[in-house]
Amino acid sequence: MTDDRIVPVTMPKWGLSMQLGKITAWAVAEGDEVKAGDDLADIETEKITGTLEASDAGTVRRLTARVGEDVPVSGTIALLAPADVSDEALDAAVLAARAVIDAGVPDDAGGAAELHTADVGGRKISYAGTGEQGDVVLLVHGYGGDRNSWLFLQEPMAAGYRVYALDLPGHGTSAKDVGDGTLGVLADAVTGVLEAVGAGRAHLVGHSMGGAVVLAVAARDPGRVASLTLIAPSGFGSEINADYLRGFADAQTRRELKPVVGQLFADEGLVTRQLVDDLLAYKRLDGVGDALHALLGTLLDGDAQRGDSAAALAQLGGAVPVTVVWGAADRVIPATQAESVTGAVRRVIDGAGHMPHMERPAEVQAAIEETIARAG
Amino acid sequence: MARNITYREALNEAMAQEMERDETVIVMGEDNAGGAGSPGDDDAWGGVLGVTKGLYHKFPGRVLDTPISESAFIGAAIGAATAGMRPVAELMFVDFMGVCFDQIYNQAAKFRYMFGGKAVTPVVIRTMYGAGLRAAAQHSQCLYPLFTHIPGLKVVLPATPYDAKGLMIQAIRDNDPVMFFEHKALYDMSGPVPEESYVLPFGEANVVREGGDVTIVTLGRMVHTSLEAAGQLAADGVQCEVVDLRTTSPLDEDTVLESVEGTGRLVVVDEAHPRCNIATDISALVARKAFGALQAPIEMVTAPHTPVPFSTALEDIYIPDAQRVVNAVKTVTGWSR
Repeated sequence: MTDDRIVPVTMPKWGLSMQLGKITAWAVAEGDEVKAGDDLADIETEKITGTLEASDAGTVRRLTARVGEDVPVSGTIALLAPADVSDEALDAAVLAARAVIDAGVPDDAGGAAELHTADVGGRKISYAGTGEQGDVVLLVHGYGGDRNSWLFLQEPMAAGYRVYALDLPGHGTSAKDVGDGTLGVLADAVTGVLEAVGAGRAHLVGHSMGGAVVLAVAARDPGRVASLTLIAPSGFGSEINADYLRGFADAQTRRELKPVVGQLFADEGLVTRQLVDDLLAYKRLDGVGDALHALLGTLLDGDAQRGDSAAALAQLGGAVPVTVVWGAADRVIPATQAESVTGAVRRVIDGAGHMPHMERPAEVQAAIEETIARAG
Repeated sequence: MARNITYREALNEAMAQEMERDETVIVMGEDNAGGAGSPGDDDAWGGVLGVTKGLYHKFPGRVLDTPISESAFIGAAIGAATAGMRPVAELMFVDFMGVCFDQIYNQAAKFRYMFGGKAVTPVVIRTMYGAGLRAAAQHSQCLYPLFTHIPGLKVVLPATPYDAKGLMIQAIRDNDPVMFFEHKALYDMSGPVPEESYVLPFGEANVVREGGDVTIVTLGRMVHTSLEAAGQLAADGVQCEVVDLRTTSPLDEDTVLESVEGTGRLVVVDEAHPRCNIATDISALVARKAFGALQAPIEMVTAPHTPVPFSTALEDIYIPDAQRVVNAVKTVTGWSR
């Protein structure tokens, strides 16, 4: 007995590798009215904790998943339905939902990410792509990050675009050699991936150091770039949290690394043990320490920023749409630097730190898609 | 790029990558090339359970097949280490360590101290430990507490393929003698391991499960037994924090103490005999340094104070299992004055 007025709320898929999520707290109770955009629950993945927002309005009639249990992606965690839907119909839907949750992750559920490698100037560069149609969007992470930092964005954007994320040299599973550590070496990797995927022009999205990298690509090869979205980009002012950068490069243990990583987020509670462990596992690979220290020389001049992204942006001369996105609570590069960026749409996101694409992914996705739309 | 490989393969890969990187790294031990009476080169076993298989042909002249004379080849490995090599010597079963104990505890462990830091002894002594293979009293002991007791030795017990590779690479690069304990029952365990080389530092325990009710401190194979118990207990609403020590020397006291300060209750799970083992050591540490945090007496889950039985029925009840860990946790959570 099914009633099509019952609307299931399902476990979201935040990232290519996510198979399970765990509700850490409900923001609603049975009987509550919700409207689209209301917080429903805090959900913990292996990587990070996020808040699930309602995509539909309705009355919460049943919560089908328990706090603390693992729920497979797309498993039903709650049921919305009008008051006149019968309890019998709801109970039947609860049973069906519980069967899916209790069955766990099916054995054949692999990550949808297709991982590739390109040889760029003798360096192996890893990148993952998803999405069948539309313009090419390439996501470029920041210092110490990797392609997985886009976990909340890449999959949702794949509905409309071919979305690629790469590991820069010295990062993720790409070659750890960064040569002289200049932005040019990193920009070569971006260009190399664009060539490998056969993209004539692409929308580039760069975070932090990745923002300076995509600007370097655009300055060098403007014909390749259809739009630029710069998220907390480096190089637009002198002020930077040099202690963060050095702390990240130097941390040897979980105890040293955790407080450093906490500075990335407005809410340090977002940092899970798994996130710190993954970063530590990366930092312990041979060659990573050398790469991170070499890149410090590109980013820092004493305790100040070294790069000049403003000059690179000026060189573009308004040829393509540019948006700058900043978290208002950024503790690595202050959001006030957004004000100095000219010739770009500026968006400052409340409640986000240096990682708005992890902390407020929906708003960052909207900013990227709006920038792409302006490119026409 | 991580892929799933076994604990055995992870160890093999660590040795191969270090041999590739550093030509002073050599491997020595019994049955590396089949041993006496075998066809030799064409029968390269890679040790009794095949951990070094393939290295003999890959690194000609750098994998030495030794006679069954542990006192001779362990002494030779230690001597080679002091002379500039980085030997990885395999002494099949830790049970046989007695015949070369002088070389280990009275020589290798002392050189750096006695020569004022002017001598280093970068030797790794690999050995199998633990019950469960129906190998009886002389091939099943744990014995890592004996080596933990001795200053100058580092003692390592990986519980997973990932840890096995990272700790082995650290062991080979370390300038001190390292006793590297491999549990026989873990060799076929599979898990994600990066292809690249990486090191795990000694003296950093791994919190393999977080929980606020009870701390379980454990090591080696017992990490998995403890996790099984923690999973069962979670269904009853008891959240266990499981701490894998990874190395007993050096010991990560901070992680143990911080965990107990958070939970107020401690169970230590150790496959070794109950007297002067890691469980007693951790219990003493917590009783001295976190007494104020304790809300219940400490419980220990260990093997009994007997040799490992040959009878399969007895061996099965000799090895601590998840049920005993569950019972111990229930004892500390149910305790009242």
